[in-house]
Amino acid sequence: MTNKASIIEQEAIENTDYEVRSLDTMCLNESEIEHPWWHNLKFSLVGIVFGIALVKGEVISWYRIQEMFRLESFHMYGVIGTAVVVGVISVFLIKKLKARTIDGEAINFTPKQFTKGQVIGGTIFGLGWAMTGACPGPMFALVGTGALVFLVAIASAIAGTWVYGYFRERLP
Amino acid sequence: MASVHQPSGAITIRNWKSMNRPRAQSARGRKRYPNQHNHCINNYNMEFLSQPWPWWVAGILAGLTVPVLLLLGNKHFGISANLRHACAACFPANIKFFQYNWKKEAWNLFFVGGLIVGAVIASTVLADPNPIQVAPSLTADLAENGISRVDGLVPAELFSWSELLSLRGFILIVIGGFLVGFGTRYAGGCTSGHAIMGLSNLQLPSLIATIFFMVGGFIMSNLILPYILAL
Repeated sequence: MTNKASIIEQEAIENTDYEVRSLDTMCLNESEIEHPWWHNLKFSLVGIVFGIALVKGEVISWYRIQEMFRLESFHMYGVIGTAVVVGVISVFLIKKLKARTIDGEAINFTPKQFTKGQVIGGTIFGLGWAMTGACPGPMFALVGTGALVFLVAIASAIAGTWVYGYFRERLP
Repeated sequence: MASVHQPSGAITIRNWKSMNRPRAQSARGRKRYPNQHNHCINNYNMEFLSQPWPWWVAGILAGLTVPVLLLLGNKHFGISANLRHACAACFPANIKFFQYNWKKEAWNLFFVGGLIVGAVIASTVLADPNPIQVAPSLTADLAENGISRVDGLVPAELFSWSELLSLRGFILIVIGGFLVGFGTRYAGGCTSGHAIMGLSNLQLPSLIATIFFMVGGFIMSNLILPYILAL
């Protein structure tokens, strides 16, 4: 590829970046500020606390997930329910107080549209969740606890995501 | 009560009193450690941390992730997006869905890096020495399929390198992982993105997605998994 062609391609990516990046995702970096890479370490700290909570709360346990789907235990309903209540109150307060980030940026929320994917894809994910006993977060956490075979599950999940991207235009 | 809790080290009156309060140790803790008692305040604190945490502690910490990420940098919580960033970074293959600047979302890869470190800390420094407590009805159903070792967080007789080569292990790990990756992206998020972040923002699509996560899980655990386990 010539240099010029690669520049044109780079510009094309930049022009459609937000449009493509925001497809099929809840999770977005809405910040316009550019920081040096090590600023990202603060997110690692949040990740550490979240990881400890997942393991110590036994959210990563295959048994707890089975108990949830077999209605044998309240535990997971308690964890997710509490997380949602805390999240709803937090987001309400952030909107109400018009809170800003530590860099002074306004915090954005983008409403999501209904798609058939939430029904079909949601069910497919549910099947996989009950098989592996792990959603994506716990898969990574399980590797951290020494269950290295979950590296295979992660690789498989990346393959699943890639296959979705490949067939995306042809799916309902 | 006082004699069994007799401390060996120096300890303040205030702590001594709190140790004797029946509520200082949870009912679950007492049941789990019937013959084990604390010798100094340090052990006592570690024991509190190394026990499995109650659902509300895990729930509050998971819920707080949402506002903390928003306040730290306008970031929206969601883990499955990292699977897509991995595709965008390593195998974009001219697929438009993977043609974006994944480096702008690098913060999320740092978040996952931290998550793994957190899991290492939780399973070493804060490790629970006791076997996991599992519902008897689940233990019984597993035992019927030859899964009798219930000690770690996941059944080693299903999730290990040697099981990966068996049909049962291959289906659960490889096919299961594939469905997680395909399904989360098709749904536009996973438990963190939809069930926690999306519901926190009162998004109806996230409620629909969460309901169908549960539908899929109920179908698998109750109707399909028994056949897979019997393989």
